[in-house]
Amino acid sequence: MSIGNIFGIAGTALNAQLVRMNATASNLANAGSVAGTEAEAFKAKRVVFKALVDDNMTNAGAQYVGGVKVDRMQDDGIPIQAMYDPGNPLADEGGYVYPSNVNEVTEMVEMMASARSYQNNVEVVNTARQLMLRTLELTRS
Amino acid sequence: MDLLNNALGIHERALQTRSQRLELLAQNIANADTPQYKARDLDFKKVMAGELSQPMQATQSNHYQAGDMPGNDGLVYRTPFNTSFDGNTVEMSVEQSNYGKAAADYQATLSFLESRVSGIRKALRGD
Repeated sequence: MSIGNIFGIAGTALNAQLVRMNATASNLANAGSVAGTEAEAFKAKRVVFKALVDDNMTNAGAQYVGGVKVDRMQDDGIPIQAMYDPGNPLADEGGYVYPSNVNEVTEMVEMMASARSYQNNVEVVNTARQLMLRTLELTRS
Repeated sequence: MDLLNNALGIHERALQTRSQRLELLAQNIANADTPQYKARDLDFKKVMAGELSQPMQATQSNHYQAGDMPGNDGLVYRTPFNTSFDGNTVEMSVEQSNYGKAAADYQATLSFLESRVSGIRKALRGD
């Protein structure tokens, strides 16, 4: 039942892209946050996808083999730039605070890319649905 | 009875292959952002040629059966126009156009099937 599987496959992709969009929203929300130490500073989160290649990666007979899943979340490796701000209550003894490494432009691009991928998969579902309905009409001709 | 068993002809198998191709393209689109994912496609011509030709028969006991040979399921990896940093070979424009064409092909096969069904119906009714 191949057409039926398309719904499952596109569904996993919708789910994965939504997680990616959530991560982007979280990154943007934390773009202006500062911390007292470099370790505590907020680092942009990146979602890493992985293909569901065969039955072993899901449960047997699953409808979405060939789909995609969120493999892990990863911190962006951009180095944190310490900022001299002795008036800040969070500043360390040297007077430095550590802002997040979020780049707003990158996040906006990421959000647009995930929104586009989401739309593509919605379109896939729509086409598959139409084809399925037309196949059902076969008995009425 | 052969008339009814074979009533839909090659189109039945063709529809299966078409929907299998649609599924593969949906997989490619779903994995457009997966690192190291390699886009796949189905060679419709190859699959249907395998369907039409007679399978090879082993005439000696120490010959390999044709079923033991590596299967020709028509699955091929796509060669991308451009390489990407993460090793992904899905190109959204290519996949979208292919998916659109595959949907049209599916509907074409459906129309053939429709005419077969209405032909049989007409023959059964006899008017």
